Parts: sequence; C-alpha cells; structure tokens
Amino acid sequence: MLGKLSWAAIPFDQPIPLLTGAVVLVAILAVLAWVIIAGHLPYLWREWITSVDHKRIGVMYTLLAMVMLLRGFADAILMRAQQAVAFHSQGFLPPEHYNQIFSAHGTIMIFFVAMPFVIGLMNLVVPLQLGVRDVAFPTLNSVGFWLTATGALLVNISLVVGEFARTGWLPYPPLSELTYSPGVGVDYYAWSLEISGVGTLVAGINLVTTVLKLRTRGMSYLRMPMFCWTTLASNLLIVAAFPILTATLAMLILDRYFGFHFFTNEAGGNIMMFMNLIWAWGHPEVYILVLPAFGIFSEVVSTFSGKPLFGYRSMVLATMAIFIISFMVWLHHFFTMGAGPDVNAIFGIASMIIAVPTGVKIYNWLFTMYGGRIRFTTPMLWSIGFMVTFILGGLTGVLVAVPPADFLLHNSLFLVAHFHNVIIGGVVFGAFAGYTYWFPKAFGFRLHEGLGKAAFWFWLVGFYVAFMPLYAVGFLGMTRRMQHYDVAEWRPWLMVAGGGAVLILIGIIFQIMQLVTSIRDRAELRDSTGDPWDGRSLEWATASPPPVFNFAVMPDVRGEDAYWAMKVQAQQQALEGREPDYRDIEMPRNSPTGFVCAFFATIMGFALIWHIWWMVAAGGIGAFATFVAFAWRDHDEYVIPAAEVARIDRANLEQRRAALSLAGGT
Amino acid sequence: MNILDPQGPIGAADKTILIDSIAIMLVIVLPTIAAIFAFAFWFRQSNPRAVYRPDWAHSGRIELVVWSIPTLTVILLGGVAWIGAHQLDPAAPVAGTGSPVRIQVVSLDWKWLFIYPDQRVATVNTLTVPVGAPLQFELTSSSVMNVFFVPQLGSMIYTMNGMVTRLNLRADQEGDYQGLSAHFSGDGFPDMLFDVHVIPTLGFADWVTNTARSDKILNADSYNKLAQQSIETTKTSYRLADPELFGKIGSQKIPPGPGPQLTTDLAKPDSGVSNAR
Repeated sequence: MLGKLSWAAIPFDQPIPLLTGAVVLVAILAVLAWVIIAGHLPYLWREWITSVDHKRIGVMYTLLAMVMLLRGFADAILMRAQQAVAFHSQGFLPPEHYNQIFSAHGTIMIFFVAMPFVIGLMNLVVPLQLGVRDVAFPTLNSVGFWLTATGALLVNISLVVGEFARTGWLPYPPLSELTYSPGVGVDYYAWSLEISGVGTLVAGINLVTTVLKLRTRGMSYLRMPMFCWTTLASNLLIVAAFPILTATLAMLILDRYFGFHFFTNEAGGNIMMFMNLIWAWGHPEVYILVLPAFGIFSEVVSTFSGKPLFGYRSMVLATMAIFIISFMVWLHHFFTMGAGPDVNAIFGIASMIIAVPTGVKIYNWLFTMYGGRIRFTTPMLWSIGFMVTFILGGLTGVLVAVPPADFLLHNSLFLVAHFHNVIIGGVVFGAFAGYTYWFPKAFGFRLHEGLGKAAFWFWLVGFYVAFMPLYAVGFLGMTRRMQHYDVAEWRPWLMVAGGGAVLILIGIIFQIMQLVTSIRDRAELRDSTGDPWDGRSLEWATASPPPVFNFAVMPDVRGEDAYWAMKVQAQQQALEGREPDYRDIEMPRNSPTGFVCAFFATIMGFALIWHIWWMVAAGGIGAFATFVAFAWRDHDEYVIPAAEVARIDRANLEQRRAALSLAGGT
Repeated sequence: MNILDPQGPIGAADKTILIDSIAIMLVIVLPTIAAIFAFAFWFRQSNPRAVYRPDWAHSGRIELVVWSIPTLTVILLGGVAWIGAHQLDPAAPVAGTGSPVRIQVVSLDWKWLFIYPDQRVATVNTLTVPVGAPLQFELTSSSVMNVFFVPQLGSMIYTMNGMVTRLNLRADQEGDYQGLSAHFSGDGFPDMLFDVHVIPTLGFADWVTNTARSDKILNADSYNKLAQQSIETTKTSYRLADPELFGKIGSQKIPPGPGPQLTTDLAKPDSGVSNAR
C-alpha cells in the first residue's frame, strides 16, 4: 500500500534532523494558522499563489531562494563545525549524516538558492527593462515557479522522511547506483531535480521568448540594458543545457528503478558517459548563474557611477562569447580521469579563454567607474566587493585549468575554496546587490541602508576568513568531503574557517534584521518617485511598485539608457505634464494551474521516491488533468478600461510630481 | 602532505607550474585590484577634485588594451598548459635509477590494495617503494570511483571499475609520507589513508623477501573477502598467488565489489532505509 514507506523511514534515533524538522514544521503550521485566522488566505490565493504577474512570481522566486539559503547555510555551518572538531575523533555527525549534509548543501545552494534567486530577479526586472507588460507566457511562468518549489519541498521532506543522497551534489555513479546506494536518498535527489528541472526549463523558454519577441517600440537589441543581454545568454544556456541534466538523471533513474545499465559497473554500463553528460550541463550551469549576476553589476555600477556602462558593445560581445565557450570546456572537471595530454591541454586552454571576456567585463566596470560620481550605497558596495573577490576566484579558476596544477588540486579544499569564491563572490554578491537595488521597485520602499552595509561587511570579511584557510589547507593536501581526519596541520585552518562561517551567520542575521526593520519603517523608507537611485533604464520610469500593467503607455525608446535619455531631455511625462493617450489594456487572468499542477507533481514525486505506484498514477493523472483543464479555458485575459488605467497612472504621476517638487524645493 | 614540499620530480614539476601560473596571473591581477580601489576612492561623490564625465562611455584605445591584456596572459598561460600537460602526462614514463617498479593499485571499499606483480607480494594500506626508481602504477577500482593521491609525490589519478588508468611517479627522498583517496567513495571514505614508505634500494629487496614470507595468500577468494565493505586498521601483507589477479579485476572477470550488505533488523529486502541507519 505504501511501497517502501514505513515508520523506519523516520530517523527517531537522530536528534538533529528530527528536532530541526519538528521546529520547521511547527513554524510552518504557526504561519499557516496565523494566515488562516487573520483571514489572509483569500488575499494570498488571489494576489500571490494564483498570480501570473511576473513581478509577483519574481518576488516569490526570490523569497524561496532566501528561505532555502537559511537551510543551505545551516548545512554549511554544521559542516564547518564538524570539520573543526573531528580531529582524531568522529565529531558530532556520523558519516551517513555528514554525507547527506554536504550533498544537501550543494544541491540546495545551487538549485534552490542561486537558481531561484537569479530567475526571480530576471522575472521581476526584465519585462520592466524591456518596457513591456508581462513575460511571453505568464501562466507557464507560474507553473515554472511552483515546480521549482516542489523540488525544494521534496529535498526538505527528505530531512525527516527517509534520507537524502549521500553521494555529493552530483551523484557520480557507480556510487549512486542501487548496488552502492540502496536507500531512497538518490531517488529524492533525482526526482526533486527532474521536477524542478522542468520548472527551470519552462522559465528559460519563457525568458528567452520574452527578450526576443516582446520589446517595446524602439528597444532594438543594441539598446537593451546589459541585464537583458545577460538574461538572454543565461536563458539560452538554460534551454540548451537543462535537458541534458534531465536526460542524464532519467538514465540514472532507469538504472535504479528498472535495472537498466547506463552507468552501472556491470553489463557494459559506462560511468564516463555520466561524467561527460553531467558536466556538459554542469559547466554551462555555472554561467547560467553568473551571467545574470554580471548583468546586475553592470546596472548597479553604471547607475551609482552616474554614467553609461563603459564599452557596452564590448560587454555584449563578451557576454555572448562566454555563452558559447561555456559549452566547450566541460572536460576540465575530470583532467585526472586519465584523458590524454592533447585532450587535457585543449580543454585547459578553452577554459582559460573564458577568462578573456570575463576579464574584459571587469575592466569595463572599472572604466565605468572612471570619471564617475560614485555613491557608495549597499548595492555598490556589493559590486566593488564582487570585483575584487571575483578576480581572485578567477585567478584560482584559471590556475586549476592548467592540467598539471589540477593534478595537485583536483577535489581538494583549494577547489572548494575556488568555486565558493566565484559563486559567493559572483552569484551571491550579485543576487544581494540586485535584491537591494530592485527591492524599492518591487515594494515601493527602500531597504535600511545601515543594516545592509553591516550585512555586507560581515559577509565580505566572513567570506575571506572562511575560505582563504580552505585554499591553504588545499595546499596541505586536504581533500573535500572528509567527515573526520587525523592530520594535525589541517586543524588550525579548519577552525579559522569555522570562525568565518560564524561571521557570515552574523551577516545573514543583519540581513534578516534589515528586512524586518525596513518593513516596520516602510513609511519613512517610502519611495514615491519610482526612481530612488537616479536610475537609467526603463524599470525606473514607472511607479514603485509598478501597476499590474507596468506601463500605462508603452514607452518609446530612442537610445541606450532609455530612461536616462528621457530624463535628460525632460520628455518624461511626469516632468512634462502632457496627458498621454490612455487605451484599454488586456492583461492575463490569474490561474491556479501552476499551484495545482505542482501540488500533484509533489504527490507524484513523493510516491515515485517511495514506490507507491497507485499514488504515482493519481498524481500523474491530476497534473495532466490540470493542464487539460487549463487548455480548455475560454477566457484567458481581462480588460482594464482606459479610464481605470488613466486613474491609476494619474495617481502615480501625482505622487511623483509631489515627490520631485519636494526634492526640488529643499 | 604539503604539495608545496614535493619529494619527487613529478610533484616538483607540478608545483613549479602551479607557482609560475599564479605569478603570471598576479602580474595583471594585483594592478587591476589596485585600480579598482583607486578608481572607486578617487571618483567618490564627495571628492570635488575628481572630474565628472557623465557621457564618457567609449574609448577604442582602452577597449583594445582591455581585450589585449587578458588575451596575452591567456596565450602565455595556454603555452604553459600545453607544454605542462604533455610533459607531465601521468601515463608518460619517468626516468630514474634502477629498474622500474610496477605497482598495481586497487581501491576497495574502503582501503587500498597494492599489488607488486613482479615481486609476487601485495599489501593493504601500505605502499613501500625504493627511492629513486621509476614507479609505474596501473590503477583500477573494485567498486566505486576513488582517486589515488600522494600529495608530496605529485599528480593524482582516478581509479574506476572496469578501467585501468596509468600513473608514473618517482620518490627522491627516503621517508614516510601519507597518501589518501581524493574522491568521495562512501561512508568509510575518510579512512582511506595509506602510508607511503620510501626506503633504500637495497632495503626494498629485503622488504620483498620479508613480505613474501607472509602466511596470507592473495587470490580470487581472499580478494573477494577483502572487497567487502570495511575499514582496515591493520596493515596486512600477502603473498601473491595469482599474478594475473589485477588483470582479472580490471577486466571485470572478477565481479565488482558488493556494496553495503543489509545486516541489521532493517534488512528487509524492500526496506528503503540503508543499513547505516
């Protein structure tokens, strides 16, 4: 009846996951109870859960990422604590638990923190920057988000029901095959990523189409803000690469469920095929994450230097060069698997070539600052912190692209330090810069600056204290994923690294305080201009938060930095006062399709993991029926009458003028 | 275990390339970082002496320079990578004194088996080699992937079931070093440490003679026992009964190791929970 599921799946003998699970469950139930008792449920359902508004979906993606960041960070600090104490001892985490923790940490941080964070920001901002009213496929957008949430939910269920994978964030066979991992851990991993992978692919298709097909009048490709270009490149990579991940995991699933032999030791299975396939996805994945971050930094550095981006066309070229080369370097992840010198050298050099466009980007940000009038706001601090940190990460990255150096450093903590250096210093700093930069656009009030700066400094210093020792201990031969060790010279470095994790924890606490304080003091932090940073691109041309239709009248773009040009020429309606020609606006209707579909997908995924076949069928039929019901819909749009558009827009302009004249008067 | 304190030519050459590459990159990285700080500081909003150029966003000359700097660096480093990858190909033989020593390495769950086919001996978790002699490793795995790595001797290499990889090293200083697995292989992974004893050439012959006196015999049967999952704390030695043993493991004539065996009260064949719980 319940397949492999029994009471034995609940880890009653392990206090850490059990207590954590209980606390989280109580917290969720408490929030849910509060929502229902306070009567917020209809509002949440109507305005958020069923929303197909790209801004709302973007916010929900970002929220998911931030919540999962807490989970992933909890794993991180457990690992650092374990390695700080597990010298000549087993520490406090037995191997089967420690191995789950590092696997979950990597999986969560990449798939459920970094990915939803950048996809959330792209969702929120790109349609606004392009001057359009929504993404190309609004309901699909909602489906993509909810399927991502399903994946995150399944990973977290594994904390208390069964176990998570103990095979690392990429389940290398044959360890991940049934012979060596008979538990449900790898199945949790595989099904979570199969389901959320579909969500990611859908988001990628949606954003590619949006950038290619939905630009406002005059927004030619070479007038798009840099963030739109990096979004295009990143989502093209998603569309090209994520099917590889889905197919590879499907093969692993066939091995585990139906006795196939794609990657087994026996019967001609080929583990090298897995290596090649997983990294053919895995390396572009790195650029899927970091390219949007590059776009964010381009926007931020340009805005707070008060200048256009230096070498815009160079930047476009560099972005597209990275996009293409990133597919040609995957083999550098396994130089030490016995490939010949020609193969190793060619892939090593190809990997270095990526450093050329990346280096150009750094220089272009540098010269964007040159001749500027730099305001050191929180987003700008994250950007400068990024530039310095990322150069070091790039240096160590190019170093491990040199095959003989990699022969010493592969899989070491030096490598761990390297990819945290580029992921934290690049993607995470970028996400935080974007979060602080666009928060006032999404909600109409700014985040508290002082607490934001405190968070930045603790993150920055914490990063260096946590990861520079890992570079050092990598030189001392320490390899990754060690649950305990007996080498005395490693220990001091690992203890310092643990201290760094604590500093980052303080940074995170400041971020939580910043969010809470800012919501509390939102009246004082209110931005009624819609343009709190003196911005340059079109998202600042509309109100904060923007009306559901984004722009009452589609903007007409005459050059790069569209909004800046409007401001300079005083053609902006707010300043000019000429009444635009309001028309009726058609907007997509809200739809529960995404939520309901993900609900059934969750049931199906859980049932697949535990081999509960009747429930698999029920979930599958439910999800399919949801799509059929959606496909049969008669009305998918509603009309906002011109009068209503005019009323909303006039109110916004009124506020803007008031704010501007106030600013002018003082 | 310090890779910056190599004890053989491969480790030393790897290290040289590592240090040189860092130095080449620092030549451009350090000035760039300095420029970031300098520009950010000088062009701060509160500096009245900094010239504000709100429309300056293009310069062909600067663009040429910023594309050239990383390109030239990568051309230089690419040369280093090409030459290094060829000179330090793990499969390429290393010169040395005396006759080469062939060592066949099998990674097991979770220990290392070192077979000396010419000397007809085998050891677990101890690698004894003569100083200065070329060491020719052939490596495979009984089950999952591992990486054979002696940090102070240089290059590491994967072990994979059904495949044989090659590695050539040399140890130039007598002494005791430590080796480890550099790829996660399951619950016993952190205990996959092995001792490396680099001893005088003459002492090596004595060591072989002594080891060959072991009352334990390594053949397919005893190998299959060894392939069960376990963590070995004793350093067992064997007389090698079957000199073809490694070939049989590498070609899967001996089937792969069994993985976890369900032994506890949860050991229903259908139980979703593995034995470690």
